Amino acid sequence: MELTRRDALAALAGAGVVGASGAAVLRRDADGATGEPPAAETVETATAVAEVIYPAAVSNVPEFVETYLSGRLEARPEHRAGVEGAVAELDRFADAFYDVPRYVDLDADRRLTVLHRANVDENDPDPDGGPAERVRYYVVNDLLFALYASPTGGELVGIENPQGHPGGADSYQRGPK
Amino acid sequence: MSGAESDPSNAERTPEPRADVCVIGAGPAGALAAYRLASEGHDVVILDAGPRFDPDSRIERMERAIRPAHPDPEVWDMGGERDAYSSGGERFYPLNSSRVKGIGGSTLHWQGMVMRNHEADFERRTRDGVAADWPIGYDDLRPYYADAEAELGVAGASDNPFAPPRNEPYPMPAFEPSYSDSLFAEACERLGVSMHSVPNARNSETYDGRGSCVGYGTCKPVCPSGAKYSADVHVRKAEAEGARVIDRAPVQALETDRSGRVATARYATPGGSEYRQAAREFVVACGGVETPRLLLLSESADHPDGLANSSGLVGRYFTEHLFCGAGGLLDAETRQNHVGFLTSECHQFYDDPGQATEGTGGSIPGSDADLGPIKLEFLNYAGPSPVELAMGAAEFGDDLLDSLQDAYGHNIAMGGLVGQLPRKENRVTLDTSRTDDHGNPVPDIHWSLDDRTRRTIRRANEIQHAILDELGVDVGWTVGPENTGPAFHHMGTTRMGADPAESVVNPRLRTHDVSNLSIASSSVFVTPGALNPTLTIAALSLKCAEHVDERL
Repeated sequence: MELTRRDALAALAGAGVVGASGAAVLRRDADGATGEPPAAETVETATAVAEVIYPAAVSNVPEFVETYLSGRLEARPEHRAGVEGAVAELDRFADAFYDVPRYVDLDADRRLTVLHRANVDENDPDPDGGPAERVRYYVVNDLLFALYASPTGGELVGIENPQGHPGGADSYQRGPK
Repeated sequence: MSGAESDPSNAERTPEPRADVCVIGAGPAGALAAYRLASEGHDVVILDAGPRFDPDSRIERMERAIRPAHPDPEVWDMGGERDAYSSGGERFYPLNSSRVKGIGGSTLHWQGMVMRNHEADFERRTRDGVAADWPIGYDDLRPYYADAEAELGVAGASDNPFAPPRNEPYPMPAFEPSYSDSLFAEACERLGVSMHSVPNARNSETYDGRGSCVGYGTCKPVCPSGAKYSADVHVRKAEAEGARVIDRAPVQALETDRSGRVATARYATPGGSEYRQAAREFVVACGGVETPRLLLLSESADHPDGLANSSGLVGRYFTEHLFCGAGGLLDAETRQNHVGFLTSECHQFYDDPGQATEGTGGSIPGSDADLGPIKLEFLNYAGPSPVELAMGAAEFGDDLLDSLQDAYGHNIAMGGLVGQLPRKENRVTLDTSRTDDHGNPVPDIHWSLDDRTRRTIRRANEIQHAILDELGVDVGWTVGPENTGPAFHHMGTTRMGADPAESVVNPRLRTHDVSNLSIASSSVFVTPGALNPTLTIAALSLKCAEHVDERL
């Protein structure tokens, strides 16, 4: 199931990027860059995480992550610092566990193993917590929120209008397909 | 200031030099009273302890509501020294989960169900021999109910055969029933149980300049689209009529003059200053907890037990609605969590909770027990929300998706409300051992349940189990008398009555003791009924405003 631009924009809408920055994302596509995009390293690392925490059934993950992350970080600079800090923590985990400087240099199995060995899976998300808690909050849960609050992510589970997505007041009236 | 988040330090918070009315509290009661009085040409100033929230922050607040890192009170910035409280009673009371301080008050995080009380709710002593009658009846409130429905914007239908009489249509058509309502409908028909629509203060179409519901699914605790009514709507309307709002201005005490009238409201500001707002009339609209707390904090040599407390009843008779429910899994898709509100309910067991039923394929046995009213709800958000579940999971990738697919799709549940009997020992007092950020004693909630309430919850569970069994649900959980909790409806702490020895305010919502002090709040409820209280709060507020206007 392909993650579309509509999914990314829907995820942005659910993440508070409804007006200006959503429009900025569209404008950038239409007539060149506006605003300040996130650092390439940030997008690459987030994409590397998404590829192991998203189900195999979804495709077009890099474009989805870039569109989502660009809009989100432009709109919320205070959140941007948290995401960038958590990305740096992931690189430190990669160095500690596998002696490589960057998380994105690991293959998929090892990327997933890092998340487990650092207890990112078991720790509660906390924007003010320790490294694993901040990675869970700023990277893993940001990406899970983006996917599962989008129409395509919802449909994977069986709900076309998941919580956080303004999908209208019709779907709740419909029976199963 | 307009829509932006209020600046704590720079805003002008000196008193209004000329005010006819000082309204304290910018929740639904205060907002409606202020709007109505300002519309009548009076100079109105509103003081509120909390901030003015930026409407644009609602989407971010919604994200907080969904993401597991943020507890409920954080969604609307509740907590800390400002909101410190004690819970010294038999049962713990989670006060800060149950209220919002700021422009809009607790309607910012409410569910949005708006029913008129039944006629019997005003006559509990006459009809059941328990509690007390209100000094006013349904007919007295009826025109105010219609007015309140128009102001809030209610989507509803006249399909409830158990509701009190009404002459006018709802302002908007009701929301269509959900798919899961249709599953319940078949089981209810077989048992002789009637379902009907829920009146919602939520736009089913564009109304009053606000758009219709777009299904974010997070109504409680936040509606990002503004389709759900919240009282900041009427604060803005009051301002358009000339009222002035001073936010982040907690009132420390009401001060009286030699004649015994309130002369000023002494309030604090974020900059550390204290000011006194003078007015001819004062309306306290701070809900069921902060209203009695303010009166108790206003003790003086002339009022040693607190203001308007010659009866000794300020803070007494704190009552709540208790949640009762049951749910489980159905061997069919149930389509939950698309929206965050209810479309069907049942008042059949409200005025006759012990009645037996008989339908096309079964029955529910009757009960001879002494019972209170029961409201039954058919939930549209049973079971986990997949997006919330994902962010709390300890697995990723295909394993996570498998778990989400297993967890979502087959949950179904019923809820319900039961109103407890007012008891004198349930009360809000001041805890002098703890202070808030201004050095004032914090409110202490003393709360317990009576046997009639427990019995009524048990009866509600019997009915719910019968319906769920008939539907074929594998019931996995029940919220009954042992594990029930409050519905976050604070009522009863400055009760209304004709006798000054038995009540705090008169039927015109004016305190018996103080001739220019009125109370617009659920704190004036004599008995709680079992219906969500906000429409009655709104109706009483409009009635209060009318009487204040008559005196000005």
